[in-house]
Amino acid sequence: MSVVTNTTTIGAIDAPSRRNTELVLLAFAVAIPVFAYLNVGLALNGEVPSGMLGYGLGLGLMAGVAHIVVRKFARYADPLLLPLATLLNGLGLVLIWRLDQSPRLNARADFAPQATNQLMYSALGIALFVGVLMILKDHRVLQRFTYISMAAALILLILPIVPGLGADVFGAKIWIRVGGFSIQPGEFAKIVIAVFFSGYLMVKRDALALASRRFMGLYLPRGRDLGPILTIWAMSLLILVFENDLGTSLLFFGMFVIMLYVATERTSWIVMGLLMSAGGAVVVASFAGHVQARVNAWIDPFVCKETSVACDQMTQVLMTFGSGGVLGTGLGQGNSDLIGFAANSDFIFATVGEELGLTGVMAFLLLYGLIIERGIRTALAARDPFGKLFAIGLSGAFALQVFVVAGGVMGLIPLTGMTMPFLAAGGSSVIANWALIGILIRISDTARRPAPAPAPSPDAEMTQVVRP
Amino acid sequence: MNKPLRRIAIFCGLLVLALMIRDNWIQYVRADELNTHKFNRRVQIERYAYERGNIIVDGKPITGSVETKGSDFKYKRTYTNGPMWAPVTGFASQAFDANQIEKLEDGILTGNDDRLFFDRTLAMFTGEKKKGGDVVTTLNGKAQAAAFKGLGDNKGAVAAIDPQTGKILALASTPSYNPSVFAGNSIKDSENRQKLLNDKDKPMVNRALRETYPPGSTFKVVTAAAALENGVVEDIDAPTDTPEPYMIPLSRTPMKNSHGGCEKASLNAAMEVSCNSVFANLGDKVSRDKMVEMAQKFGFNNAEIDTPVRASSSVYNKTMDRGGNALSSIGQFDTAATPLQMAMVTAAIANDGKLMKPYMIDQLRAPNLDVIQTFEPEEMSQPVSQENAQLLQRMMENVVEKGTGKNAQINDVTVGGKTGTAQHGVGNSKRPYAWFISYAKTDNGSPVAVAVVVEDSNGTARDDISGGGLAAPIARDVMKAVLDSKE
Repeated sequence: MSVVTNTTTIGAIDAPSRRNTELVLLAFAVAIPVFAYLNVGLALNGEVPSGMLGYGLGLGLMAGVAHIVVRKFARYADPLLLPLATLLNGLGLVLIWRLDQSPRLNARADFAPQATNQLMYSALGIALFVGVLMILKDHRVLQRFTYISMAAALILLILPIVPGLGADVFGAKIWIRVGGFSIQPGEFAKIVIAVFFSGYLMVKRDALALASRRFMGLYLPRGRDLGPILTIWAMSLLILVFENDLGTSLLFFGMFVIMLYVATERTSWIVMGLLMSAGGAVVVASFAGHVQARVNAWIDPFVCKETSVACDQMTQVLMTFGSGGVLGTGLGQGNSDLIGFAANSDFIFATVGEELGLTGVMAFLLLYGLIIERGIRTALAARDPFGKLFAIGLSGAFALQVFVVAGGVMGLIPLTGMTMPFLAAGGSSVIANWALIGILIRISDTARRPAPAPAPSPDAEMTQVVRP
Repeated sequence: MNKPLRRIAIFCGLLVLALMIRDNWIQYVRADELNTHKFNRRVQIERYAYERGNIIVDGKPITGSVETKGSDFKYKRTYTNGPMWAPVTGFASQAFDANQIEKLEDGILTGNDDRLFFDRTLAMFTGEKKKGGDVVTTLNGKAQAAAFKGLGDNKGAVAAIDPQTGKILALASTPSYNPSVFAGNSIKDSENRQKLLNDKDKPMVNRALRETYPPGSTFKVVTAAAALENGVVEDIDAPTDTPEPYMIPLSRTPMKNSHGGCEKASLNAAMEVSCNSVFANLGDKVSRDKMVEMAQKFGFNNAEIDTPVRASSSVYNKTMDRGGNALSSIGQFDTAATPLQMAMVTAAIANDGKLMKPYMIDQLRAPNLDVIQTFEPEEMSQPVSQENAQLLQRMMENVVEKGTGKNAQINDVTVGGKTGTAQHGVGNSKRPYAWFISYAKTDNGSPVAVAVVVEDSNGTARDDISGGGLAAPIARDVMKAVLDSKE
């Protein structure tokens, strides 16, 4: 007689998948933007907007598809990430549609309605999200592409300064034009470079952490281990100098320092990172005119309002926030279009400030905060170092981006030209961020999935054979 | 790797917290400041988003609102008889802010004043369209028209006050401007305004309130008041000790008189023919400090005469020497007064010595015509006793009856007045200012006191310029208009 018993399983209950929680949250994440859409229509035209049904169905359909795919391919994934992203994306569409109807913006030569395009980009983003979940069955596969990723990221970052391909949009060279479409390669580079950092640091973390000398309480790495960090530092400075893009360079460097710290558990890296970014910032600020202008606009925009466009823009943004007050004017009833240039992209958060008020901005910040913390939670739960590093890299980059953009428009730090994830008009940003959410969901699924029952070991089998 | 992860989690939480604190700072702590910031166009948009309330004279609006298309601003300000009323209303322009009453009572006119909160809330429920409240002025349409017409093409100003209450009845300034021409937001509006700003005649200056002139001989009534109040003159018909020629103190220059018979002339006689020597002598005897005291009681050296539109401060120099004081006593040297100031002097004398605070807003009304606030007459000071005021009245009435002010006579009405011809420019090279101050008296006290200044007189020979010839007829017409409207 041969009895096969599984003696390794302790809890017989299957871990909850939380997919139903996600579905309920998704229903809210679709309903809230639909109400917001209705609100805008009633405020602007006094009638139920004709596109409401189409908008609601579209958003609902996209959320539904995403949900089904998650249910099928990432059953144990974090239940909050998808609803949060859907809600932000939906509200972003409403805000863009609201600004599309501003006569003041439509009178501008540099303005074109964006809502339809943005809906299309959102659909593309969800498609990429679906693609990530369906194709990438295990995130650890990406480990194989560590050095390819590095090359890819460099190429993506260099593209905008390639003559003929790059487009200079009001000073910042972060765009490329391919057949009528503008693409911001930096948004995608963010993810690709996280792959490289994770793969590289996973391999080198011991060398970086242990082979160091102690000096004044800090562990100083060996000279040859400093190479990569110096390279990244130089690269982010080059982006700043050649592409006039303060935001992206800050983002990459910050992301690298965070991942380095997590990988090595050495505080000295943080100190070195801070010193290097401070040094870089001082050098660049004293040489690059556009950075100086931004800094002046940050210190007191009302003083230099007459002489500098950056300052004038900043005063408009601050007054837009201030005019919202605690409760806001209500969707469709503010004058955030006075900001003019980039009102629906870089400065879209100001529209939230004016029309939804302090309350609305706080709610949005909480939504972003939740995404960030769920991402870090995923990193904590991940079982493999690559997954941990990858998740913290993406979440950290997301957090830095939210901080840099929201802090910039609210005057907390100097303004940098970056987009608010999911809210701002712009295809690259929304598509790349959906991919980012897709990867986090994939890692969280792997992390939360109950450990597979170990294959019955032949040896174990043997020991249980009782010979009469 | 979990320990640093937890720290990063806290760090990211702090980033979000910093954003939240910053947001509270700009959207709560600084919200009011940013919301009403002078660069915030929303203030203008809000100001013209609804039909603006009106400024009312004699129960009729002198302003209006028209709906406009194709700009940020829904309504545009219009003015009835703009140039005539501009010194009262000021302007309200979509592109160039507002001034005077339009600015000071903006809250009422736009309907955003806190006192209109209840009306706004009520209107929200009844579905009524939001509208601004009205500002009811104290002005008298007929008097204003008489003043504006009288000034005609001359540069000058008229201020008329009801001496018993301080209500401003007329406030005219020429050349004037029509605030309608730049009420909008177009390039044309901008050009029109620029043209007005570049005009060398300065049409946008409110001469009645905001321009000071040497008051010349009209200031002699202040000197006379000081002489009486300080006991320098006890009997206005008694001869004074003024020699002819009278030498200006601390100098070897004799004080010129345009008229004979000033030697040892009595106060009354000196007033009648406007003797410079007598008043310079009296001013010197009163002493500088006492002269300053008297002038200040009448409102000189006061930078806060708010009607509510603030009038410029009239000046009587507090630190000059004896010679300066003697010249100042006949309204020359540093002495300068706004037309409103001289109207206040006249009003105080006409009101038996009591100076009422001048004001031009009678009531603020809600859109539904409920009165929100009524302004009451307020006593400002008592520069002269009733007795002395009546002596001053006797002298001023004598001036109109027999002296230099005959042009101001009105049939069957007692009128008191004083002419003035003030010199200015280096070596008196410029054309003098013609002044006239006067009041009319009925059985119920005096209903009107008026001050007229005519700056420059085109085509009039220099010698002919005198307050009696140019300014007195205007004053007469204004007083008549007020008297007629009382009947």
